[in-house]
Amino acid sequence: MSLDRRGFLSAASLLTLPQQLLFAQAQTDRRFIFIIQRGAADGLNTVIPYADPAYAKLRGALAIDPTTALKLDGTFALHPALSKLHELYGAGEASLIHAVASPYRERSHFDGQNVLETGGKAPYQLKDGWMNRLLNLIPQSPRNGKEAIAFSPAIPLALQGAAKVTTYAQSNLPQANDGLMMRVAQLYESDPQLHSLWTSALDARDMAGDKMGGAGAGQNSITLGRIASGFLARADGPRLAMIETGGWDTHTGQTARLATQLKNLDNLIGSLREGLGAAWSQTVILIATEFGRTAAANGTGGTDHGTGAAAMLVGGAVNGGRILADWPGLEQRNLLEGRDLKPTLDLDKLIASTLAQTFKLDTERTTRLLFPDAVRAKALPTLIRA
Amino acid sequence: MSSPAIALNRFGLGARPTDSVPADAQRWLLSQLDAYDPLPEEWRQTSRTAALVETWNTMQRDVRQAPDNQRSSIREAYLRQGRLEYQAAVGARTNTALQTDTPFIERLVHFWSNHFAVSIDKQLTIGLAGSFESDAIRPNVLGNFEDLLLAVVKHPAMLLFLDQAQSIGPQSTRAEMAQRGNNGSAGAGVRGLNENLAREILELHTMGVRSGYTQADVTEFARALTGWTIPGDRESGSGATFRFVPQLHEPGSRTIMGRTYAEGGERQARAVIHDLVTAPATALHIAKKLVRHFVADDPPADLVQRLADTFTRTGGDLSAVYRTIISSPQTWTGSLTKFKSPWDWSISSLRALGSRTLKPTQATNAMVQLGQPVWRPGSPAGYGDLSSTWAAPDALMRRVEIAQRLVREVGGSIDARTLAPHILPGTLSMATTQAIARADSGSTALALLLVSPEFLRR
Repeated sequence: MSLDRRGFLSAASLLTLPQQLLFAQAQTDRRFIFIIQRGAADGLNTVIPYADPAYAKLRGALAIDPTTALKLDGTFALHPALSKLHELYGAGEASLIHAVASPYRERSHFDGQNVLETGGKAPYQLKDGWMNRLLNLIPQSPRNGKEAIAFSPAIPLALQGAAKVTTYAQSNLPQANDGLMMRVAQLYESDPQLHSLWTSALDARDMAGDKMGGAGAGQNSITLGRIASGFLARADGPRLAMIETGGWDTHTGQTARLATQLKNLDNLIGSLREGLGAAWSQTVILIATEFGRTAAANGTGGTDHGTGAAAMLVGGAVNGGRILADWPGLEQRNLLEGRDLKPTLDLDKLIASTLAQTFKLDTERTTRLLFPDAVRAKALPTLIRA
Repeated sequence: MSSPAIALNRFGLGARPTDSVPADAQRWLLSQLDAYDPLPEEWRQTSRTAALVETWNTMQRDVRQAPDNQRSSIREAYLRQGRLEYQAAVGARTNTALQTDTPFIERLVHFWSNHFAVSIDKQLTIGLAGSFESDAIRPNVLGNFEDLLLAVVKHPAMLLFLDQAQSIGPQSTRAEMAQRGNNGSAGAGVRGLNENLAREILELHTMGVRSGYTQADVTEFARALTGWTIPGDRESGSGATFRFVPQLHEPGSRTIMGRTYAEGGERQARAVIHDLVTAPATALHIAKKLVRHFVADDPPADLVQRLADTFTRTGGDLSAVYRTIISSPQTWTGSLTKFKSPWDWSISSLRALGSRTLKPTQATNAMVQLGQPVWRPGSPAGYGDLSSTWAAPDALMRRVEIAQRLVREVGGSIDARTLAPHILPGTLSMATTQAIARADSGSTALALLLVSPEFLRR
């Protein structure tokens, strides 16, 4: 099942969608979109604690200049690439959450993503994903396997499980692949033959103006947002969706790479808002990553795997314009293991509360099913509009 | 590289997630000689040569009978049909490679198919290329070299590709008749001798270039081969895929490399071919190509000689030659010497990811993108078999891009950390292990495995 790019763009109304993509009417108008940031996104340069005196010191050359950052309040500001998100924050349609983490405390991407997506306490403890289990709580009759969709060629772990879900991927949607390219370059460093071939290949691409991470990548996220909102805007469309983003693992060259990553994310959010139209008021987007990055910059112009991260809630149904952070501070003594932003909020709890409020479910019951081992701590304020 | 890794990756087509690592690498390879299926299910669904010859003859007849202005559209329809046959056969070849439990023998099929290359660059062969592999190569890869060579030379794809189907003896009955019909205006409108097949049999298929034959030998061999052609209308329905036409054959005895071959119709060229197969240069040429494919770009001379000796001693028993290479210690001591061809790399990647089928169009396109379209080498010499043939900057970049695309289809269902040591037993480097462990997602980790130095080589 795939539409070619041309076919899609000339049929923005989606009139040409094949029959099997038509959906049954769900008994809720609410839409929930989970955007996963694979690779450990750097929360500290996304939602910047510019008023924390330790920030500039720890980040050195990587620190975002507070005069260019987009102010949220007296403590926090957004990365300058997130202009659309900043607007939504101002309009009360986006909340930022900081110093948040899943129960996972090691630093492997695989294991961290496994915990984030399954909702377990430890990696590989649960086999299915919390979004899949959520389907059992959302009223829908008859169930047809089209209530949840992943905009990926394969079903991401968060959506895997007993309940049937669907996927959609544009076959020729080019991937932004900076991350892979960089890792390949590293892998070939000690192999003289491959290193020399790879260097020549990159030089040739640069000369051809086909530089990686260029404007093309931004275009992709806009297209992706348009495709996703085409499905989600429909009255008979899916109510749960997942979008995967990669390339957040910025061990080197973070300043430029993170700016591109965040610009893409901002474009994705912007194009979802635009494409969803009237359905935007019923939409909740959760953006989260497996863990954060080190508080201090490393020696290679980047940051390493950390713990506490930032998350975002965006959408017309979000009770927004707020920052949820029990800020632990960046002083050395306040860091986890002396290196990471200390988590003060459970991501599990944030997700469970968000979903319960979005779909008007019992918070206790939702938490039990989605995150069976979640610690029952103090209640979160109203995240979503009633 | 460990013995299991050599068996799986250099002799085989790469391990699948479900394959067990062979405990006895040599025994595993030898057992495949008995288990090989010349016409497995995927190939059974493609057209056999006899049916394609019928289609060819129907087209020829229709063209002859059609008014001038309709002939090109008949040919175009034939080519359209041919492209479908081609796609289907590429699919069969690919899926067989993905599903086979005798990957060593499939690799030999690919090796011989390239040694005796036909190329669809010659458009009229497009529909026949797949049947060349299924019907001429596949049944003979474990048999005698002479049978393989004869099956190849008599296959319509080869007869068309190297112009043998049109070669006519200048003194043959047909040529004489044509000349009389033309009132003696010498040769006008009459096709003549074509040396193409004769030359390539000597230069590429048997003895090898600069191995002692002369231009005069090529011409004499070409004369001996006249009459070897594709069945015509009269054989329609007989199932024949080859015929000898005495009227096209150049009469008289021939002298090739000092040996005289008496007139004997079809048997004349058969006798020449038999002597070519037994020539020492042929044993060396074949041995060298096999050792280059399985051991190193620069084949060790003593191993080449050992294979050549087996070839000569057994009269070209290919299975005996394969047994010699498997049992030679030099085979099992190598480091990663061979840079995988695009075909090798694609097939081993797909096998690593557990794919069992690929859409024919996908398979065809991927091989075009990677620079090795199936049955379309630029010359009758086939694709090169050296690192320098394939290790190029843009080619490497394309592998990275295609790896990324391949792993997207798999999603999170395969963990590269457990897959890597399984498909590269004893071969996985610390650098690759770490790159995989540090990857930012499961799919990045898989892509890195597929483009890792040890997976790009075998």
